[in-house]
Amino acid sequence: MTTSEAEPRVRIEESAKNVVSAADTQLDITLDQLKKLVSPRALTGENMLLNMGPQHPSTHGVLRLLLELDGETVINCIPDIGFLHTGIEKTAENKTYTQAIVVTDRIDYLAPMICNLAYVGAVEKLVDVDVPLRAQYIRVILNELTRMNSHLVWLGTHALDIGAMSMFLYTFRERELLLDIFEMVSGTRMMASYFRVGGLWRDVPDGFVDAVKNVLKVFPDKLLDYEKLLKENPLWRERTIGVGVISKEDAIAWGMTGPSLRGSGVNYDVRKAMPYSSYDHFEFSVPVGSKGDVYDRYRCRMEEFYQSLKIIQQALDKLPPGPVITDNRKIAPPPKHEIAYSMESLIHHFKLWTEGFRAPEGEVYFSVESGKGEFGVYISSDGGTKPRRVHFRAPSLCNLQALPQMSKGCLIADIVGIIGSVDIVLGEVDR
Amino acid sequence: MEQTVTTANLDATVAALGDAVNDVRVFRDEVTLITTKGRVVEVLTHLRDAQHFDMLTDETCVDYLPKEPRFAILYQLYSTSRNIRVRVKVMLSEYDRSIPTAAGVWIAANWLEREIYDLFGINFENHPDLRRIMMPPGWEGHPLLKENPVKVEEVAFTFNRERVEADKPRAQE
Repeated sequence: MTTSEAEPRVRIEESAKNVVSAADTQLDITLDQLKKLVSPRALTGENMLLNMGPQHPSTHGVLRLLLELDGETVINCIPDIGFLHTGIEKTAENKTYTQAIVVTDRIDYLAPMICNLAYVGAVEKLVDVDVPLRAQYIRVILNELTRMNSHLVWLGTHALDIGAMSMFLYTFRERELLLDIFEMVSGTRMMASYFRVGGLWRDVPDGFVDAVKNVLKVFPDKLLDYEKLLKENPLWRERTIGVGVISKEDAIAWGMTGPSLRGSGVNYDVRKAMPYSSYDHFEFSVPVGSKGDVYDRYRCRMEEFYQSLKIIQQALDKLPPGPVITDNRKIAPPPKHEIAYSMESLIHHFKLWTEGFRAPEGEVYFSVESGKGEFGVYISSDGGTKPRRVHFRAPSLCNLQALPQMSKGCLIADIVGIIGSVDIVLGEVDR
Repeated sequence: MEQTVTTANLDATVAALGDAVNDVRVFRDEVTLITTKGRVVEVLTHLRDAQHFDMLTDETCVDYLPKEPRFAILYQLYSTSRNIRVRVKVMLSEYDRSIPTAAGVWIAANWLEREIYDLFGINFENHPDLRRIMMPPGWEGHPLLKENPVKVEEVAFTFNRERVEADKPRAQE
């Protein structure tokens, strides 16, 4: 073997070119950019670059990862997102404030009503309108049911990723109970669009209270079953404890929120920190972990089920009678029967459905606690009937951003566990 | 809807920043500090270190076309220890679409700035990894700029289906 000085360098450049062209045509990445992302050993071919996704059952949608592997150990993880980018912010800019409620369902499609609440809450803050107490309480009940819905999908798929298949079947069975309630109030199982600026589309139908009471009755036993399957399961503990650790300081610096942040021991929940929609009327606690590993994040979410049930119970007990939408006719349309005899109502109806209402010039940020973390909506208004800019602060995006740090040095099999534990929804990441 | 936002003690924050803050606006109990492109990193570092705003909740951009300065970069900050929010705003001219990166202050700014770069074409100086993040590699332009229309392709109905289908872009061989 001849060893001239120039030869290895040529080999490195050649090999690197192959790496870039073969593994990475879609990233649209130059060699210089790739050098900053992976270690030199990957460019010589000593470490393997492996593509994972976007079509992969364990990436929870269309997430693509470029993994640099040394054997089975992950050296670097480079997420590639944007496969589900649908231009929701652009769409929302070109619709009136009421019309854009529909697109908010599609952001986090596992927790549509939480996105609805964040958006209508931001508009309500912008136009400064009050929401009747009954509407606020119903919003809280539906939001907590939505949170449970989101967590059920997380629990099922997360366990499925790690190898506990039966969990998936149980959680999707119980999810039907919740979807039936959503269908009852809004007419659809997933894309509810039930909230309106100033209140709700209509009052809840007969049978809603009984259906929610049924959930409260059934769920404690089901949760016990879930706990029996996983909590003390040695295989589960082996795969989750000490995996994907992120410290308190790092989690804050990455902008992580929700159970992923609380698993690291930071007590930040928007419902407690900056209460909205009368969350301060209810007693509940915020579960906080300590180690910041996959198991702690799992525990935080499981405890949240019980807290959600507690909030729903209180809201049902205190549910006041009364209207469910504001009587401010400049914002909310008049009831149908009024149009028959009131000229003014007819004009309001006509103006609202043809043009929409005008919002004062200004900018607001309003955030709620979604199942994934702090879901925020920023609206900048130019005084017209359509917003100048709508921006959705997606918790999944910020949580996913920390994935490279959490997965550094772990085994490739643990990557799927870590992705599951941060609970991403790609509709929200890409918007 | 109301959301309890604490704005106490922000006067002290503004005073500590001195002339780095040009203007303070309060709308619906939300405080916005307006600063300049040259001093934004200094202001953000001060807010993080001395004022305990340890979390960058959000960073985004607004296109104010046809106004000039045309763009605004917004930093939404949150303090986990003080439980308060503040927003920092920097106006950018249409003819100078660049700003120093905040990725050195909060690591979370990395992807948020990549998103702004992709969707608005704002250049972040000294950003560690400035690449497109949402749009496909071959896409030209920046979709969230106001000059881009929301509808580019005509919607196909029965009366114009043949024409629309014929004009549709197809994948090249």
